[in-house]
Amino acid sequence: MTDPPFTAALDALNALACGLFLLAAFAIVATRQTRGCLLLFIGQSLLLAASAFVLGVKYQSLHLVAVGAVNLVSKPIVIPWILRRTLSAEVYARREIDQVLNIPISLLIALILAVLAYFLTLPMLSAVAPQFRSANVPIGFAGLLLGAYTLTVRREAVPMLIGILAMENGAFFAGIALSRDLPFIVELAIASDGLVLVFVTGVLVRAIQRHIGSTRVGELVSLREESPAPGAGAEETP
Amino acid sequence: MPYRILANLLQVLAVLLLSPLAAGVLNRLKEIVQSKRGPSIFQPYRDLWKLFHKDQVLSERSSWVFRATPYVVFITPIFVTLLIPVLTAHPLFLAFMADMVGAGFVLALGGFFAALGAVDTANPYGPMGASRTRMVGFLAEPVFVIVFFTVSFVAGSTIPYIVQKHWIASPASFLEPSHVLLLAAFFMLILAETGRIPVDSASGHFELAMIEESKSLEYSGSGAALMKWGGYMKLLVLMCVYLNVLVTPWGLATEQRLAQVLVAIPLVAAKVLLFLLALVVVESSLAKLRLFRISEFLGAAFITCVAAMVSRLFTA
Repeated sequence: MTDPPFTAALDALNALACGLFLLAAFAIVATRQTRGCLLLFIGQSLLLAASAFVLGVKYQSLHLVAVGAVNLVSKPIVIPWILRRTLSAEVYARREIDQVLNIPISLLIALILAVLAYFLTLPMLSAVAPQFRSANVPIGFAGLLLGAYTLTVRREAVPMLIGILAMENGAFFAGIALSRDLPFIVELAIASDGLVLVFVTGVLVRAIQRHIGSTRVGELVSLREESPAPGAGAEETP
Repeated sequence: MPYRILANLLQVLAVLLLSPLAAGVLNRLKEIVQSKRGPSIFQPYRDLWKLFHKDQVLSERSSWVFRATPYVVFITPIFVTLLIPVLTAHPLFLAFMADMVGAGFVLALGGFFAALGAVDTANPYGPMGASRTRMVGFLAEPVFVIVFFTVSFVAGSTIPYIVQKHWIASPASFLEPSHVLLLAAFFMLILAETGRIPVDSASGHFELAMIEESKSLEYSGSGAALMKWGGYMKLLVLMCVYLNVLVTPWGLATEQRLAQVLVAIPLVAAKVLLFLLALVVVESSLAKLRLFRISEFLGAAFITCVAAMVSRLFTA
């Protein structure tokens, strides 16, 4: 372990990253623009990497630094690149994203989820040795729940994808505080999994866009026969 | 004893005399950013001087509320000045009369009278602006309460002098997430309370889009001057609370010596200048929100603030 003032400074930095991570998770729920959603996700990933670096220096664990490096490369750089390559610019230009609920109500529910995350992780935290307890676990868990919530209320494909990625970010954020010696291969596998997920979803969204002319998957509520007879009762929203 | 009276006087005079300058500097900075020539930084003084020398026109149909409002709007920021650390880090006479929530309510009294005065005349734009201000006001109220609840949760008190001591005593807790998020929420609250750009355009002259300005449309002469001056002071007082208590609690007079109080004036002015620069960046880079989007802006402020409290819970 390093000397106390240094450790205290690292703790303060990590706590700051935690607070901003939570704020970014809230902002992903609330933002209206697809581009803003992506930028917030990039910011959240950078905070995750920062927290991993800080914890890596604090516990002198090479694994955590490697996790940070993998995150730094894959999420803020590669994932946006893949999305830009697979999707048209029209998807990013969209400013008004549909939500099932309006934004203030959505934010209040998100708030309840964050408090819930705190109480859910209390027993988990009491099982960890005191010097390894940190805000990462409840805040990461809150990030996980908020990502799942984003996935639920959004009606647009790309923000839904970002919801999934934010869930993964949250899980990572909690994970780096709980296990300092996860085999590196697992981290790499998860990171490449994320990339494949983005690629597959990007292609899927592209196919949806080609078929129905938009990416508002919230409107895909009814099934249609492949060769529709005229007036067969299959409703289709334009 | 004479020191305390002098310090109090200096504090009030500083707010009274420097607040138009702050407004002038803000306008000038904005115009520099927008590549305009613009009036000098002393223009607000000239405006006030001109208005005080003009006759006042009062509607026959207006009641005493309309006549009393400029004085209430002018006096309430001065009362708040007595409650908060503007130049001194040690409490003055009235420091323990009310905490930050109390100071907020004193300011809200001025806003309440301004709204009543706007409704009092039959001008159609006055009541419209008043009702919009009330809408912003009741959306800002929960944020306001939660901000100070969080302050007291973190610093153990809502008396501004004690909170300021807390931040000075523990610089390590400065990077605490609860503190940083609190600063963000308070900043958004100041933007909403003083009618700054994402909520309301202070320099707009289109009556239908006005929120804050339309309440003082009916005033002329000295009444208009008092309303304007009250608005300048409100902005400066809110900046002082924000800067001296929460963001940069340093640079105030720590000992009971008059020289230190005098030295504190340029230091506080420098802090205010930095804040004004930040304000100019915000005002020049954002667009005014649609009226019903204001609830989302203040909802975001509310969430930021509750996130501050929750993360305090997490890290403790």
